[in-house]
Amino acid sequence: MTNQSSPKRFIQWFDPRNRQVGSWAFILNRITALGLTMYLFLHLIALGNLARGPEAYNNFIALAKTPLIKFGEMLVIAAGIIHGLNGIRIALTSFGIGVRHQRALFIAVMVLSITGILIFTISMVRH
Amino acid sequence: MNQPLWKITVNVLRQKGPTDKPHFQSFPLEIHPDEYVLDAIEKIWAFQDRSLTFRHACHHATCGACGMRVNGKEKLTCITSLHTVVKNNGVLKIEPLRNFPVLSDLVVDMGHLYRQTEEADFQQVVPLEAAQLPYEITPNRTPNEPYERLVDCIECGLCVSACPAAFTSTDYRGPAALAAIQQGIAFAPNEVLFDLADHENGVWRCHSAFECTEVCPSNVDPGWRIMNLRRRVIHHRISRVFKKSQKVSRP
Repeated sequence: MTNQSSPKRFIQWFDPRNRQVGSWAFILNRITALGLTMYLFLHLIALGNLARGPEAYNNFIALAKTPLIKFGEMLVIAAGIIHGLNGIRIALTSFGIGVRHQRALFIAVMVLSITGILIFTISMVRH
Repeated sequence: MNQPLWKITVNVLRQKGPTDKPHFQSFPLEIHPDEYVLDAIEKIWAFQDRSLTFRHACHHATCGACGMRVNGKEKLTCITSLHTVVKNNGVLKIEPLRNFPVLSDLVVDMGHLYRQTEEADFQQVVPLEAAQLPYEITPNRTPNEPYERLVDCIECGLCVSACPAAFTSTDYRGPAALAAIQQGIAFAPNEVLFDLADHENGVWRCHSAFECTEVCPSNVDPGWRIMNLRRRVIHHRISRVFKKSQKVSRP
């Protein structure tokens, strides 16, 4: 039997086709959560360099200043802002606040997120 | 009705039995654009393929039998006009509802939904106050007279099909049953209903995608009801703690 729900079909969580704003928020929240979890491990591995002496750490810092890693950092900030602000939206609606305005709330979340990401990117490029 | 007939192609997802591989079959059709999607499916059945299976009954959005996915979106096909979902010479994609086992072609086994709503003690006729959403306009009526009306949910299953959280577990109560529990608790709160709701497969599995509310053809607003139910569940939990502590503190 097809069409039955199954944890194996979780890939459908990430399919935005024929979905509404609420699902886009749901998909974004999942992607950013996975990204942030992955980053946490990378972060701990990077900090682990401290235990391997000053030279290893300095080498890592030099690597961290390359454009690719800086772009990665920007993605982390973007994920943090989107996930955090959308989390507030979900918390509000879960307490029955603004449920009927969840679409407008998501648009507000995205406008604030994009503004925050732009501010961070500009300040990162300048320094 | 003097408009010329449209030529459309209807791609229907077909599957006979659990071992049959699902596949799309195309049916060319000449049909009036003001007719409904269900009319198109009935025409295919009547003139092209009598083996096509689908459910329908009332043709006016009361029975909830003809829910299907039209171009990927959950619709009650009896009230979905063709011109809103397809253009002349266009292609229309018809699939069965998701999150239910397919029995044959467009017919799915809705047993799970019916059992869940029955467990939730779903009442078809309730006092007006319990049936209405608080943001709806109350109809004019004689004051202090008890009024009853049919509830909005027609158990069509569109909300369950659209729900992304329903992919995660077959034990999830789903939006329709949770909306029924919310209605029951709003009408007459009781511990059985609170236990059904306050569970990992109850209100806490909902991931706030609000797809249920988007597809609901009958003004139930399951998304709002689930969020309201969460509030009631939390309130109930807190009040239960205080009631227990009061009992303990008594000499």
